[in-house]
Amino acid sequence: MGGGVGVSTTSVLGGVVKRREDPALIRGTGLYVDDLQLPGMLHVAFVRSPYAHARVVSVDASDAEAMDGVRAVYTAGDVAHLGDLVAQVPVGKVRPLLAGDKVNHLGEAVAMVVADTRYGARDAADAVDVEYDPLDPVIDLKEAASDAALVHDDMESNVLLAWEGGPWGDEEGIAATQQTIADAKAQDDTVSVSIEAVNQRLLPMPMEPRSVVADWNVGYGRFTVHSSTQIAHALAGGIAQTFGLSLTDVRCIAPEVGGGFGCKLNVYNDEILVCFASQQLGRPVKFTETRRDAAGSTIHGRGWVATATITGTRDGQILGYELDGIADMGAYSQNFTVAIPFLGLFVGAGQYEFPTHWKVACVHTHTMTTDAYRGAGRPEAAYYLERAIDAFAREIGVDPADVRRKNFIPAEKFPGAATHIGFPMDTGDYETNLDALLETAGYEDLKAERDRMRAEGRLVGLGLATYVEVCGFGPSALVDLGFSWASYKIPSGFNGSGLVRVQADGTASVIIGTGPSGQGHQTTWAQIVSNQLGIPVENIRVSHGDTAESPLGIGTFGSRSAAVDGSATYEAANKVRSKAADLAAHLLEASADDIVFADGGAHVAGSPDQQVSWSDIATLAYQPHRLPEGMEGGLEAHAVFSPGNATWPFGSHLALVEVDGDTGDVKLLRYIAMDDCGNVINPMIVDGQIHGGLAQGIGQAMFEDGDYEADGNLLKWSFVEYPLPTSADLPSFELHRTVTPTDINPLGVKGIGEAGTIGSAQTVVNAVVDALSPLGVTHVDMPLRPKRVWAAIQAAKTNGSVS
Amino acid sequence: MYPRSFEYVSPGSLDEATSVLASTEGAKVLAGGMSLLPLMKLRLFSPDVLVDIGRIPGLSSIEDRGDHLAIGAMVRHADTASDSLIGEHAAALATAASWTGDVQVRNQGTTCGAIAHADIAADQPSAALALGATMVAASAGGVREIAASEFFVDTLTTALEQGEILTEVRIPKQGGGSAYEKLGRRGGHTDYAVAGAAVWLDVSNGAVSSARVALTGVGAKPTLAEGVVEALVGTDGSDAAIAEASERALEGVTVLDDLFGTVEYKAHLAKVMTRRALQQAVAAAR
Amino acid sequence: MHVSLTVNGQRAVTDVEPRTLLVHLLREELGLTGTHVGCDTSYCGACTVILDGKTVKSCTMLAVQAQGAEVTTIEGLAANGDLHPVQEGFWERHGLQCGFCTPGMIMSAVGLLSENGSPSEGEIRHGLEGNLCRCTGYHNIVRAVEYAAAKMRGEEPPAPEWEEGSA
Repeated sequence: MGGGVGVSTTSVLGGVVKRREDPALIRGTGLYVDDLQLPGMLHVAFVRSPYAHARVVSVDASDAEAMDGVRAVYTAGDVAHLGDLVAQVPVGKVRPLLAGDKVNHLGEAVAMVVADTRYGARDAADAVDVEYDPLDPVIDLKEAASDAALVHDDMESNVLLAWEGGPWGDEEGIAATQQTIADAKAQDDTVSVSIEAVNQRLLPMPMEPRSVVADWNVGYGRFTVHSSTQIAHALAGGIAQTFGLSLTDVRCIAPEVGGGFGCKLNVYNDEILVCFASQQLGRPVKFTETRRDAAGSTIHGRGWVATATITGTRDGQILGYELDGIADMGAYSQNFTVAIPFLGLFVGAGQYEFPTHWKVACVHTHTMTTDAYRGAGRPEAAYYLERAIDAFAREIGVDPADVRRKNFIPAEKFPGAATHIGFPMDTGDYETNLDALLETAGYEDLKAERDRMRAEGRLVGLGLATYVEVCGFGPSALVDLGFSWASYKIPSGFNGSGLVRVQADGTASVIIGTGPSGQGHQTTWAQIVSNQLGIPVENIRVSHGDTAESPLGIGTFGSRSAAVDGSATYEAANKVRSKAADLAAHLLEASADDIVFADGGAHVAGSPDQQVSWSDIATLAYQPHRLPEGMEGGLEAHAVFSPGNATWPFGSHLALVEVDGDTGDVKLLRYIAMDDCGNVINPMIVDGQIHGGLAQGIGQAMFEDGDYEADGNLLKWSFVEYPLPTSADLPSFELHRTVTPTDINPLGVKGIGEAGTIGSAQTVVNAVVDALSPLGVTHVDMPLRPKRVWAAIQAAKTNGSVS
Repeated sequence: MYPRSFEYVSPGSLDEATSVLASTEGAKVLAGGMSLLPLMKLRLFSPDVLVDIGRIPGLSSIEDRGDHLAIGAMVRHADTASDSLIGEHAAALATAASWTGDVQVRNQGTTCGAIAHADIAADQPSAALALGATMVAASAGGVREIAASEFFVDTLTTALEQGEILTEVRIPKQGGGSAYEKLGRRGGHTDYAVAGAAVWLDVSNGAVSSARVALTGVGAKPTLAEGVVEALVGTDGSDAAIAEASERALEGVTVLDDLFGTVEYKAHLAKVMTRRALQQAVAAAR
Repeated sequence: MHVSLTVNGQRAVTDVEPRTLLVHLLREELGLTGTHVGCDTSYCGACTVILDGKTVKSCTMLAVQAQGAEVTTIEGLAANGDLHPVQEGFWERHGLQCGFCTPGMIMSAVGLLSENGSPSEGEIRHGLEGNLCRCTGYHNIVRAVEYAAAKMRGEEPPAPEWEEGSA
């Protein structure tokens, strides 16, 4: 990488470095929140609503309060002065900390019990007597959107807003797009194909249940809160805001976080409530959710129903794409909630260039809140688009790869290309990527093999899908569109930060404002800094997650950490390098311009035998009396990186499946992915992110279903009813990449956390529909559980060929 | 996640265990705990007293008793799945055990426990039924034998009475061949069964001479499919005969739906699994 | 109730309520927090330990049932501080991301390899079915176990899938 002084001879960017975080995790010595035991610590259990919608007639906690070891039972009235839960985008009804006179979803917290032990807290929670008067719930999305019955009777409509484009926010432009598509439909030589599909609700289910320990020190006037949060700074800000404290009065620490996938971005009511209890009781208070708690009170994802329509000519030219959908927000808004479909709007037209009218309405229902779950709006958008394109290709009898290729935004439009809503994109070369996939996979051979197997009577299918993702948020100016944590007391733009400090012994500490939940920041950031300074990776330690020591960062989500906070750290390292060059020049009696960093130290270009070590340089930095006049002591730098745009990774995926026609059982035989996330810092980590992303997209396609019953019951309380894919259910994945660096940041990286998920569900479903197409099946809703696939086969057999 | 309080007793002998059970209201037997403890953790079931039979000597063996195999109360699924005697004389049960839960569950859970729990989606009860097993129940009043066909009464309900322990499952050494097939909840053979079928049959002189077929997951309990047997016995066991017989799998069965299958789907699956298991059993018996 | 057992080679004696789960005894009484709790229903396997030579889910076992047992947890795996080949495999082949499922996954892999030193990919996948991971898609977990199996057979592990970088 260029920039700064001299040229590094050690390049660790783009290379595999074994993870710095692993030794603790494989020995079982990594600290997760629930591992924490503080003296005098109390435990929390919640009393939760067994109804989707009910009036709370009374809460009688007298039996619970009388039990041994019970310290307190709190209800809504006790915390009314704290207001509602903090929300970044407080549109609609924001969640109360505890339900008052009504409960609005199954699992909503009605009372909080604090007791000496976990077991005792649960015993007492069971002893709290709540009398409910059940009411009819609003669960169905179309019913909710019709306002036939209101979710909240003090609101005028269940519909909070609709995200519509493109272009976005331009009514005349939208009308013109609609007219263009209507005109295309009216042409004699065009075909319109529609699919109505459910993009079902999902439960994020990181393996670590959420956990929080709050400790109020009355003498210091300060909270110390350990939480399994994805954004320690947002939690600190949310607590400060709620309790009327300053940001310096709340220290949040996110130690090891056992997966998040978006669900740990939210500040949760339980996190605020344990703070309240700690303040009231003068003791540390812990809440660790059970998996059952998690199902009903940690945010859910997806939950859309929509109709996608493609209109085009019989030779595959697409003249219009329409999406008309409803997205389920649940009963209350929390962090991003209504903003999630907005992310889908950005990429509504994917990699393609055709008139697109995209509209998704956000509605309240009597269900748990939805919010960011891996991909967040973008998997839904990609799903509908790519399903519809496949249906169109099948209808006109053109190879789905050819239809896609014909409609791509051409590579020569970059830079300068924009999405259908008029938002500029960074870089892209979609045709090269697709062609690379097809060639690597041997697409023509695979098709021949499929056809041969079909001739034997087997139900074999190939599925193709492409995606473009918006991530690496950025731009900083998103705050001007209303997205910031101002309501959390941290009015930060979508920027990143990094602090690099060379210690007196020549090792380096890197302190970042964003923290991982498995993405390997300690390794990747060490590589970035090592690359700029030449300090070996093993001499660099990366710290994160403690708001008392780290610069403000808005977290790891939206595949943004490396692109934004990584770039900030890169720039901080360059500042350090610049100063170190001055220091080395002083030691070597040379000009800073001639200093080269290599082999764990520095020398004058052309004189590698006269090397000063980083320890020599640092020693000088910390003995300022030896420095030349006017030079400051110390060797550290902080940088804030303000991206001018988001980043736009893309890719194309291919799946081969076989369906057992007797049982509907789907077997995923091969999965081949060609992703493009720009430059790659650590290929091992990047591939790992794709693997995990694929498993979650495939999980949605084949296994996971968080939809409620019509009566508002969520029958999926555990992994018994909500099966996650296991090792036995997935194949090994075949990963490949093209590299189209972004010009938005100095690292050229785009982000990879969500790409696998965004690209995969529709790939699998397209493959299964392809497998069943000889029977006349054109659509099966996810998840592709055997019962559903079998029912689709039966329906097709009964109805004859379905067009 | 946190069970309610209970009293724990760990008797050193079967007599002691049955006497505790006889004298203690609300006592429940704990063997491997793979079904019981999750229910207690979710507080769906909260016995006052647990009688842990895990330390009673002599309950962990699989014995060859000449005309039958005896599987003790503490024999784990993993042992049932890998035991050579069971593999030879009761392949359906070995297969069912190998598809029960996962490795850790099979290491801890017991075959007798799964049979006594009688979950309709569990694999081993129908295998025991198809194999014509005999259940041995001990209580303070003595020991009695219960035929498998009398044992399964309803969902999670067996002929075991309060105070009785299922100490042994006996599988007759009856020749022929047996097999188990299922579709699991995550597809393939994974997890609990959406539906399954266990088959034992014998072939003599090229014809199926006798058979038993039992279904998993479709009705309120593991159920014998008498119609299949009626149709199959006397035939040559050909694929055509099997296919025809399998169509009668649901006779006399009221199919129940659940999260994983509609009535129509499960009814269909029961026939498919019956057909597949019959094919394997015929091959094994020949 | 009084419980005494051997954990990672050391005798542990403690008093617990009968309802105390083994995992809570390990984590809260003995401070061995490497064994995790990820679900309520015995599905996720994060709590897997080796008890008398067999892998079991310590969240679905009462502490009192472990009376007299020998238990090995993740903390007891690295004998004399040296990583077990399975631990090494997980590090070498990026078999973990967030690390929460990892201790249980490693214990299951150790159990698997103790019974089958040369497992096929399918056998590895079926052998780890009782351990859920939400991060890795299991791909690199399988590679990690293949690495460990080769190591334990005294063979050279298969090459990694990624190009070896300059680092």
